Amino acid sequence: MNTTIMLFLLQDGITNGAIYALLGLALVLVFAVTRVILIPQGEFVTYGALTYASLAAGQMPGTAKLALALGIGAFAFDLFAARKALHGRLILRSIVTNIVLPAIVLALTVYFAAQKPPVAVCIALSLVIVAMIGLFLYRIAFQPLAHTSVLVLLIASVGVHLALQGLGLLFFGAEGQRGPAVLSGSFTAGALRFTGQSITVYGITIAFIVGLWLFFGLTLYGKALRATAVNRLGARLVGIRTTLSGQIAFLLASVIGALSGIMIVPITTLYYDSGFLIGLKGFVAAIIGGLVSYPLTAVAALVVGIVEAFSSFYASNYKEVIVFMLLIPVLLLRSLAAPAVEEEKD
Amino acid sequence: MQSRLPILIFALVMAAIPFVPGMPPFWIVLLDNIGLAALVAMGLVLLTGVGGLTSFGQAAFVGFGAYTTAVLSTAYGVSPWLTLPLSLVVSGLLAVLLGLVTVRLSGHYLPLGTLAWGLGLFYLFSKLEFLGRNDGISAIPPLSIGSFKMLSPGSIYYAIWVAVILSALLTMNLLDSRTGRAIRALRRGHVAAEAFGVHTPRAKMLVFIHAAVLAGLSGWLYAHLQRAVNPTPFGAQAGIEYLFIAVVGGAGYVWGGVLGAALVVVLKEVLQSYLPLILPGSGQVETIVFGIMLVALLQLAPGGVWPWLMSFLPERTNGKKPDTSLKLEQRTRSPGQSSVLLQVEKARKQFGGVVAVNNVSFDVQAREIVALIGPNGAGKSTTFNLITGVLSATSGSISVLGNKVDRAPPQEIVKLGISRTFQHVKLVPDMTVLENVAIGAHLRGHSGPISSMLRLDRADEAKLLAEAARQIERVGLGEQMHQLAGSLSLGQQRIVEIARALCVDPMLLLLDEPAAGLRHMEKQRLATLLRELRDAGMSVLLVEHDMGFVMNLADRIVVLDFGTKIAEGTPATIKTNPEVIKAYLGVAA
Repeated sequence: MNTTIMLFLLQDGITNGAIYALLGLALVLVFAVTRVILIPQGEFVTYGALTYASLAAGQMPGTAKLALALGIGAFAFDLFAARKALHGRLILRSIVTNIVLPAIVLALTVYFAAQKPPVAVCIALSLVIVAMIGLFLYRIAFQPLAHTSVLVLLIASVGVHLALQGLGLLFFGAEGQRGPAVLSGSFTAGALRFTGQSITVYGITIAFIVGLWLFFGLTLYGKALRATAVNRLGARLVGIRTTLSGQIAFLLASVIGALSGIMIVPITTLYYDSGFLIGLKGFVAAIIGGLVSYPLTAVAALVVGIVEAFSSFYASNYKEVIVFMLLIPVLLLRSLAAPAVEEEKD
Repeated sequence: MQSRLPILIFALVMAAIPFVPGMPPFWIVLLDNIGLAALVAMGLVLLTGVGGLTSFGQAAFVGFGAYTTAVLSTAYGVSPWLTLPLSLVVSGLLAVLLGLVTVRLSGHYLPLGTLAWGLGLFYLFSKLEFLGRNDGISAIPPLSIGSFKMLSPGSIYYAIWVAVILSALLTMNLLDSRTGRAIRALRRGHVAAEAFGVHTPRAKMLVFIHAAVLAGLSGWLYAHLQRAVNPTPFGAQAGIEYLFIAVVGGAGYVWGGVLGAALVVVLKEVLQSYLPLILPGSGQVETIVFGIMLVALLQLAPGGVWPWLMSFLPERTNGKKPDTSLKLEQRTRSPGQSSVLLQVEKARKQFGGVVAVNNVSFDVQAREIVALIGPNGAGKSTTFNLITGVLSATSGSISVLGNKVDRAPPQEIVKLGISRTFQHVKLVPDMTVLENVAIGAHLRGHSGPISSMLRLDRADEAKLLAEAARQIERVGLGEQMHQLAGSLSLGQQRIVEIARALCVDPMLLLLDEPAAGLRHMEKQRLATLLRELRDAGMSVLLVEHDMGFVMNLADRIVVLDFGTKIAEGTPATIKTNPEVIKAYLGVAA
C-alpha cells in the first residue's frame, strides 16, 4: 500500500469518524439526561438527510406532516396530563409550540418545496422539522415513562425506532437519495483533495464538541441537565424542571442527528434504513467513551471511522464484524477497571 | 413454590389443540413459532427480569444452536438427535466465552455490549463460507423417530411444546432453590448476597449460560422446523425482539415469557395479514403500528402483561410453614472460653487523601458484646466493611481466631463464622422474609443448579428453610414469614437482617445500627435477644447511636472519632471519659 492510499483512507475515516463523533455525543447527551439509550438517533439522521435531499429536489417531504401529526399528539398528551387543572396560559403555550409552530413550518415547506429552494432554506427547514419531531417524540413516547427503568426506556426506544423507520419508508420510498453539497468547491494539499463538504463536517463537529463542553461545564442550564441525570428527585427538589431537561436533550439530539444527515447525504447515498447502522457506530464510540465523556467519545469515534475505512479497504467482507468486535477488547478493559458497585436502582 | 395443577392443565390443553376438528394448519404454524420464541424469552426472563442482566444478543445463541445442527446434519450426516446435545453444548460454551467478557459489565454497558457482539456475530454468520454466507444452509433433515419423520408443522409441534413446558418447569424449579435465591438476589442487593457466601459472578454466569442453552434449544428446533437456516433471523433486530417479548409478557415471570411470545407472534401476524387490507399499497405499515403499540403498551403496563393479569386473581398466600424439626449441622466451636475471636491491629483505610480509619486496634473475645460508637463519620461502618472483606485495608491486619484475613473476600469471611447486618437495609424486596433469611444459610446448603432443576435438592432445601424459619421465630417475626420483605417497616427489616445473619450459625455477629428505627419495646426485645445469644456462646460487635441501648447492653465499648480510637473500656468508664465527652459534646464541655 502506498502513502496516497493510506492518506486517502485516513481522510475518509476521519470524515466518517467526525459524523460518528457527533452522533456519539448526542447519544451520550440524551443518555446522561434522560437515561434513554436513543436507538432512533439513526432515524434523526436519515430524516434530516432525506428531508433535505427531497426539498432540494423540489419534492414535498412527508416529515413535515409527521411533525404536525406528532405535535397534535403531544398537545393531546399535554391536555390529558393537565385535565385536573386546566390553565388558559398553559394550554395556549401548548397550542403554540405543538400545533401552530409545526403548522407554520408545514405551510412554509409546502410553499418552498414547489420552487426548488436554495440550499440554506432546505437546511433550515430540515433542521426545524426534525427538531420538532425529536421534541414531540420525547413528549409522547418518553416523558410518560421517565420514572421507569433503563430497560423499559430502552425497549420504548426500540419501538420508536421501528415506527420511525417504517414511516421513513412511507415518506421517502425504498430508493436511496443524495443531496447537493452544503459547501461546494475544493482545494488540494499534496495528494489529498479537500472538498468544502468535508471541511464543513470537521468544522461543525469541532464546534459542537466545544459547544457542548462549554454548555455542560459553564452554563446553569447545562448543570441543571447534569443534575437531572444524576438524581431526578433531587433535581426537582431544587427547582429544576426535569421535563424541560429532557426536552432540551431531545431537541439537541435531533438537531445533531439531522445535521449529521445533511452533512453526509452529499457524500454517500442514504436509504430510509441507513440510519440504524450509522447510529450504531456512533454507539460504539459512545460506549468506548463510557457514555459519560465527550472528548473520549469524539476520539473513539475517529478511531471507529478510521478502522472502518481501513477494514473496508483490506477486508471489506468483514468490515462490520471488525467495527463491532472492536468493542469487545474495550469492554474487557472497562470491565477489568470497573469497580464492583452495587446497582440498586431500577 | 407454586401449585403444579395449572401447568398440568396448560400442558393438556396444548396437547389437545392439534386434535380440535377444523383447526387451521396455519394456527399450528403460529403455535410452533410461539413455542420457539417462548424458549428464548424464558431464558431472558431469568437473565434480565430476575438476574437483571439485559441482553440484546440472544438471537446469536439461537443462531449457534441452529447452525451447529445445520452444519453437522448436512455436511457430516449426523443424526439430528445427536446434534441436540451438541447444539446445546456449543451455545453453552460460547456463552461462557462471551459471558467472561460481558457478564462483569455493569449498568448500561451490558446491554450495549450484547448489542455489539450480537451485531458482529450476525455479520459473521453471513460472511463465513462454511455457514453458507447470506444464503445459509438448506436441506436440513427433519427430526424423525423410527420411520416417522416430523415433516409437517403439526408433527414437530409436540417436540417444540414438550421442550417449552419442560424448560419452564426446570427454570421454575431452579428459581425456587438455594441457587435460585442467589440469582434473585443479583438484581438488588448483591453486596448482601456476597456477605453470605454467594459468588455473584458465578451466579451471573450461570443464568447467562442457562439463557444461552435455552436459546440454543430454540435454534435447534428452528433449524429442523424450517429445514433451512440463513442469517436473517439471528440478527440484532431479532435479538431486540426477543427482549421485547420478555418485557411485554412480564420480564420477572417464567410464564410471562410464554405469554409475551404468544402476544407478539400473534400481533405481528395479525398486523401483517390485515393491515394491508386497511391501508393498501404501503410497505412497512405493520412495523409502524408494531412500534407504536410497543410504546403504548409500556406506558399502560410497564411491568408487562402477565403480572397485570395475575393481579386479577385472588391473592394467594402460600403460607406453608417449613417443618422446623429438621436440623442443619452446627459449626464446631472451639472449647476455649476466653479465646480472642477477632483481632484488629492497626487497621488503616484511606480513600485518596481521606483517612477513614486511622490505625485502629481492638479485639473481641468469645462470649462478649462489644459496641463501636462514635459521632457520624467516625469510621465505624468502614471498620465493619474492613472486617467483613467488603473493603480491604490500606495497612494493618485483621485476624479471626489467629488467622489473618486481610485480603479475604466477603465470601471467605462468612465461612469463618462472621456474619453481619447493614446500616442501610439490604434485603431483596420482592422475595418473602423466609426466602431472604434463607440466603443467610446459603453456605450451609450444598445443592447445585442441576440438582435444583431436577428437584433432587428437596431434603437439603427443607433443612435450609427450616433453619430460616427457626431464626425468624427466634427474632419474633414468625407472623411475617411469608410477607414480601419490601412490605415490612424499616425496623422490622432490620430484624429480618439479624435473622438472616443468624442463619450463618455465626461465632461473631456484626450489627450495624440494629436499633435504628425500632420502637422502645422492640429495642428491649432486641437487647434481650442479644444477651441470650451471648450467653449461648456468640459474640456481638455492634455499631449504634442509641446510647441508652449501648450502655445497658455492651460489656465493652470502643470509641472512634475521626477514624481514630480515642477510648476503650466498660460502659461506666466510657461515660465519664473526658475525651469521649469532648468528641460528643464539643470542647466547651
